[in-house]
Amino acid sequence: MKKVLMINQSWCKGCGICAAFCPKGALEIVDDKVQRKEGTECILCGQCELRCPDYAIYIDENEGDTDQWAKSY
Amino acid sequence: MGKVVLMQGNEACVEGALVAGMRLFAGYPITPSTEIAEISAVRLPQEGGKFIQMEDEIASMACAIGGSVAGVKSMTATSGPGFSLKQENLGYAALAEIPLVVVDVQRMGPSTGMPTSPSQGDMMMARWGTHGDHPVIALCPSSVKETYDLIIRAFNLSERYRTPVLFMMDEIIGHLREGMELPELEEVEVIDRKTVKYPEPKRLPYHIKKGKLVPEMAPFGMGQRYNMTGLIHDESGFPTNSNEEAEKLIDRLMHKVSDNYADIVKCEQVGMDDADVAIFCYGGTMRAASSAMDEARKAGIKCGIFRPITIWPFPEKELLEAAKHVKRIIVAEHNYGQMVLEVERVVKDACRIDFLGRYNGTVITPDDLLAKIREEK
Amino acid sequence: MTVDTGDVSVKTKNMSNLIYKYMRPEHLPQIWCPGCGNGIIMRDIAQAIENLGLSRNSTVIVSGIGCSARAAGYMDFNTIHTTHGRAIAFATGIKLANPSLEVIVVTGDGDISAIGGNHLIHAARRNIGLTVVVMNNNIYGMTGGQYSPTTPTGAFGTTAPYGNLDRSFDIAGLAYGAGASYAARGSAYHVQQTTTLIQEGIKHRGFSIIDVASICPTYYGRKNKKGSAVDMLKWQRDNSVTVDQAAKMSQEELKGKLVIGLLHQVNYPEFTYAYDQLIRRLFEEREENE
Repeated sequence: MKKVLMINQSWCKGCGICAAFCPKGALEIVDDKVQRKEGTECILCGQCELRCPDYAIYIDENEGDTDQWAKSY
Repeated sequence: MGKVVLMQGNEACVEGALVAGMRLFAGYPITPSTEIAEISAVRLPQEGGKFIQMEDEIASMACAIGGSVAGVKSMTATSGPGFSLKQENLGYAALAEIPLVVVDVQRMGPSTGMPTSPSQGDMMMARWGTHGDHPVIALCPSSVKETYDLIIRAFNLSERYRTPVLFMMDEIIGHLREGMELPELEEVEVIDRKTVKYPEPKRLPYHIKKGKLVPEMAPFGMGQRYNMTGLIHDESGFPTNSNEEAEKLIDRLMHKVSDNYADIVKCEQVGMDDADVAIFCYGGTMRAASSAMDEARKAGIKCGIFRPITIWPFPEKELLEAAKHVKRIIVAEHNYGQMVLEVERVVKDACRIDFLGRYNGTVITPDDLLAKIREEK
Repeated sequence: MTVDTGDVSVKTKNMSNLIYKYMRPEHLPQIWCPGCGNGIIMRDIAQAIENLGLSRNSTVIVSGIGCSARAAGYMDFNTIHTTHGRAIAFATGIKLANPSLEVIVVTGDGDISAIGGNHLIHAARRNIGLTVVVMNNNIYGMTGGQYSPTTPTGAFGTTAPYGNLDRSFDIAGLAYGAGASYAARGSAYHVQQTTTLIQEGIKHRGFSIIDVASICPTYYGRKNKKGSAVDMLKWQRDNSVTVDQAAKMSQEELKGKLVIGLLHQVNYPEFTYAYDQLIRRLFEEREENE
């Protein structure tokens, strides 16, 4: 199954750690919440998940209801 | 008839606790309770239990609470200075509803005071020592035999009401040696904790089932994962800032003891049927009171004794009833005046109240009491 | 996607499998400030437990008081949030009563090295089988930024308005000196290394301590002009050296560096094991005498 980057915006506190340590610069904080940055590539390395203090961003299997890179709750 | 043995009060405390099912003791050396730790160190591993000498009094209290949380009947013992140090965790055990027994073999204070001299100066600390409102059960033995029997009751009450029970001995009883008859073990009532037998999904750890006194307790490790905290919590065991929940919790804790007054409160009344003057005493003071009563009766004075065995909650119903039938109550205690405040609160104008306190490290003698009995004002 | 949670909490899955399995999502997100390092370290603990395949039912999390202590409420184990500084003493009672339990203490620098310092050194000396994870953020966060025993000399706190005059504790070194049979240091930045250090600490039979440098951007960071959470993590990344590297460095070179890795490991008999041996010996002696 294809892996995707998942974002749970309701848990995000906007600290910016994930964006700062993303090796591809693929994340940005807008209005205190993380989101995918247009025109960038996510390589699903999981660095963001490891350091997110609030467990708001993670790599998971795509359950087939979307082929977006990032799913936001 | 059971075997008759010569025992010290502190030893009877340990032997009784073992019969009650104590299998963990955490303590710290302090006069005059040290023998309780020493004897526990010998006896517990023999019975498959655990003794640990902790680094301080606070740790001893915390360790005993931990033992109980893991499902083992636990005890700690100390004296005045250590009892002061245990107060914070005593409040924790009261709020989180953790059964255990805390023994205080009282010595003269304040501070280091007179470590080998008797006192009953911690009676109010037992009631009010920890911060916040909380229920208290405290028992007070007056002989070696009673120490043995009453420590079993202390464990039973702590398990039944899920609350720490304070066992307020004094140096007189702790270091007294006297003969006593051991009970037949099958005659001893031992109450075990009502525990959760199998994990239940979505179980609320502080929910009380219909007809039960307290929430059943799940020992850590049995499969019922839950949270315990010293914060005000709701039935889920998680902290809450709800003022309604806070009030509900404090009410429930207070009521689980006050609503069961008849089960918890015991007192002894000797010669009170026809007494004109009553000696109010507890713990080691009882011994002088008995002699004084006998002497007074020989001299034609109708003297009786009113002795709380449960000191907290205070036996106010029995005392008020007794006070209505006497002219005078002499409150005799080894402090500057502690339980006399309770006597005054309860008795009010029902009879005259005199006070005989001793706070110099010596004991109240029968002669002291007789003189007080004869005192006319 | 099904994850075997076994029971109790109702979970809506909008989180990783790890969090779904080991946390209590109904209590998330945590009360910790944005960018707090404690969340990262709490995840490290969960990952270490996952890697070891420990049963949640036989694992106990004990915490004291402070920011770190809130971890107990979020983790789906047998959890107990105790009094300030006393987590190790409570944990000692739990472990002694039931040595088959895996007992993990989650604590902070103030909790364990100030008010609870005595319990730390004696549990280390006793070598009782606890694993202590310190979320060391160099400050009292819950009460609003007072200096702690690990605040560096000269650093600021609300109670050190002119700079801290005290010298600071090295908690892992303190525990090692007191006899801890496993002592390690990790950091919030070094997630994988720290997870491994916690994992090895849990596996170790005896007293283990993993002193993890956390970050407190809200109080320590602001008071000491350390920048954002990101800046503080970058500082950890850029100023850490491994134990091996540190061995080749002078005291002067090591100034201001964070030494990461396993500092010390040795095997002594674990306390509750030794006690069980004692009970067995007494039983055998009694049988022989009968």
